[in-house]
Amino acid sequence: MIEFTKVNKTYRVAKRQAGMGNAVKAFFSREYTTIHALQDVSFSIRDGEMVGYIGPNGAGKSTTIKIMCGVLTPESGKCVIDGRIPYKERIAHVREIGVVFGQRSQLWWDVPVIDSFDLIRDIYRVEEKAYRKNVGELTELLDLGEILQTPVRTLSLGQRMRCEIAASLLHNPKVLFLDEPTIGLDAVSKIAVRKFIRNLNAEKGVTIVLTTHDMQDIEALTERILLIGKGRILLDGKLSDLKKQVSERKTMAIAYQGTPPTLKEGMVLAESGEGHMVVSFQPSELPTPEAIAYFAANTKLLDVSVSDITSEEMVAKMYKEYHL
Amino acid sequence: MRPAFKVYFSMFRIRFNHNMQYRAVVLGAILKGFLWALLEVLGYLAVYRTYPEALPMALSHTVSYVWARQSLIVLFIVVFGDGEIYSAIQTGEVVYDLARPVGLYGRWFCQSASNRISFALVNCIPVLALGAILPKPYGLSLPSSPEQVCLFFFSALLAFGVTVAIAMLMYVSLFYFISHRGIRIIVTAVTSFFSGGIIPLPFFPETLRRWASFLPFGSMQNMPLQIFCGNINGRDAAKGIILQVFWLFALVWAGRAAMGAASKKVVSFGG
Amino acid sequence: MRLYWNYFLINLKSQMQYKASFFLTITGQFLTAFASFFGIQFLFQRISGVDNFTYGQVLLCFSVIMMSFSIGEMIGGGLMGFPGLLRSGSLDRVLVRPRSIIWQVIMPNMDFSRLGLLVQAAVVLFIAIPASGVAWTLNKALVLALMITCGSAVFFCLFLLVASVAFFTIQSLDFLNILTYGMREFGKYPFSVYGNTVLRILTFAVPLALIQYYPLLYLLDREKGIWYMAAPLEALLFLIPSSLFFRFGLKRYQSAGS
Repeated sequence: MIEFTKVNKTYRVAKRQAGMGNAVKAFFSREYTTIHALQDVSFSIRDGEMVGYIGPNGAGKSTTIKIMCGVLTPESGKCVIDGRIPYKERIAHVREIGVVFGQRSQLWWDVPVIDSFDLIRDIYRVEEKAYRKNVGELTELLDLGEILQTPVRTLSLGQRMRCEIAASLLHNPKVLFLDEPTIGLDAVSKIAVRKFIRNLNAEKGVTIVLTTHDMQDIEALTERILLIGKGRILLDGKLSDLKKQVSERKTMAIAYQGTPPTLKEGMVLAESGEGHMVVSFQPSELPTPEAIAYFAANTKLLDVSVSDITSEEMVAKMYKEYHL
Repeated sequence: MRPAFKVYFSMFRIRFNHNMQYRAVVLGAILKGFLWALLEVLGYLAVYRTYPEALPMALSHTVSYVWARQSLIVLFIVVFGDGEIYSAIQTGEVVYDLARPVGLYGRWFCQSASNRISFALVNCIPVLALGAILPKPYGLSLPSSPEQVCLFFFSALLAFGVTVAIAMLMYVSLFYFISHRGIRIIVTAVTSFFSGGIIPLPFFPETLRRWASFLPFGSMQNMPLQIFCGNINGRDAAKGIILQVFWLFALVWAGRAAMGAASKKVVSFGG
Repeated sequence: MRLYWNYFLINLKSQMQYKASFFLTITGQFLTAFASFFGIQFLFQRISGVDNFTYGQVLLCFSVIMMSFSIGEMIGGGLMGFPGLLRSGSLDRVLVRPRSIIWQVIMPNMDFSRLGLLVQAAVVLFIAIPASGVAWTLNKALVLALMITCGSAVFFCLFLLVASVAFFTIQSLDFLNILTYGMREFGKYPFSVYGNTVLRILTFAVPLALIQYYPLLYLLDREKGIWYMAAPLEALLFLIPSSLFFRFGLKRYQSAGS
């Protein structure tokens, strides 16, 4: 469905220095730095797949999305989506895709949502029957019933995002690009949006590419993640595999009464305080039941919990590892 | 340096650096001023060519007037890109501004003034210089006597103050009106017309000219520009300057009072 | 077609959301036009013509340019916001929709408050038509209509050109306003009064003389040639370089990014 082959993209940015003298100097001569936004980026996404695209700010995420949407032309390399080159056949390509930019609205600010929908219908030349059906379905799934007649400027962020997503699906796109779809939303809206996205992928088979900083989005939605940093694809794989690869270590938190226990060989102290401590260990060296048994035998144990590394920790660790 | 002054100076510096950063904009503004003045001069040349004696200002005076007006335009137009002020009012952030230690009137006055000066510094002098090197009858003639130069500087400073004071009144009015755009267009049209921004005041019908010169409009660009080109001098110039001083004080007083009233409204209704 | 109608409606609805603002803006436009009208009016109380054109003829030029400008700006004035669109990244939204880019930028930004200017220009036109001393015929009326419609197209192109420059600078370039607002101002006199150099530029580079000075000579029976009569149509050639320039800028935006 989506095929990226050795895509490169660079920007030129004027250097700036502080001070009035430098401002005057820069007026007459200027230095530029070249930024490699994307370097030999290659990946492929199958039809019906849902992929999380993550990386720190400025890593090249939005450049990639823009190339896939036909907004930017890469310097070299090739991007083919559904048999088309987006930036060469812009109009034919964008008819088949939907895009949600989380931070920018595609709805008209001062008019009721449904008016914007009508206009989008005309822009995409959606047939009346199909349009009615889509609006009906989306209204039900995203719970838009009451807000369709409301001007966009009076909607809450969560309501607006639901409308944004609906607006980008009115023309039945085969691929949906979601750029930070949950940014700024409250917990309830986040869950509703995630649920909708999951169903869309599972039931309609829409291919979805999702960028986000929220690891819970990734955990809730995608099997596969692409990690980009400094313009290169660093990792491409299943979330669970990645977690294992980064660290198999487990963390154990205990609550106890009396004197703090000593650590067994293989345990590393992560945190300790009055009546509780957190340790980490490698299960291949020290099996989990053995670790629990050790504490149970040596202290008056009140509570114990064992967990894998969280996605957030994993990502933070990966960023650190790759010096991002 | 006094702390308040330091704040103003650093605002000015930030603005200056910002303006220098976009050199295409600066060069563009210089080119625009130059071409605009030149075309206007060409138009007047045609008028004077057809009727050499009909207008109450000598050709060379009119030409100098046009050049000076165009090069100093940033200092003397009421509606200028004070983006921070507009957005502070529109977003309601003005409430926080009111809470800061520096008085809001003084702060905005200085901000607006420094915005204009920092922009004028980079693009007005070049336009004047370009106008001065053009041959007669196209180019401007600089003031002939040191006395005239002094009067001009003094009057220009006052006119600048009056202009910013009127801009301040406009900002205060924006506390009450939602339509920034409409107000801005109306204020631009009225102030520029009556201060001699479209045609110099001496070309107005007599009664209207007298009214316009007496009202604050006459104390804006009209006065320094007419002194600059030599149309007003000596005793008349001194009288005009006294009137300017009066209007400056009156307008600043009115602006402070209006802002006091308006900020009470903003604070009590939460913007 | 329905799309354009809907765009029009949604736009009108949006602007009508702020009625007070809308009418204040119209008033402002009206006053602006009045200021520039009185600028001429006051001068011509003291003189009765410029070069070999009478006051009535100057008014005719003024109203033709003013009308062309206000129609051109009503359609293309939204393009003044184009640099902002580029900076905020909203152009990307336009690019991911299956329609012509120029249309998508123009349609949502049509500014109906320009009516103030248009009404004022129409009033002056009705004063100027009898006052200009033109012996009106059907042909001449047709030429006048062409001057205004083609003039609107030229002003639209100028707005488009100014907007396209933003692809290269991102900051809006104030000096280009001389092509739009400046020409509205200086178009009050027949362009010949500014001398041959200016007239040549306004004939071959920015063809505003083709919708004002040359057809005016035809209206005044000073020139009979078909070239003078059809001058406004020739001005339409300006659409070609302007749209090419916009496309060129867009290509650059797509390859350079922001």
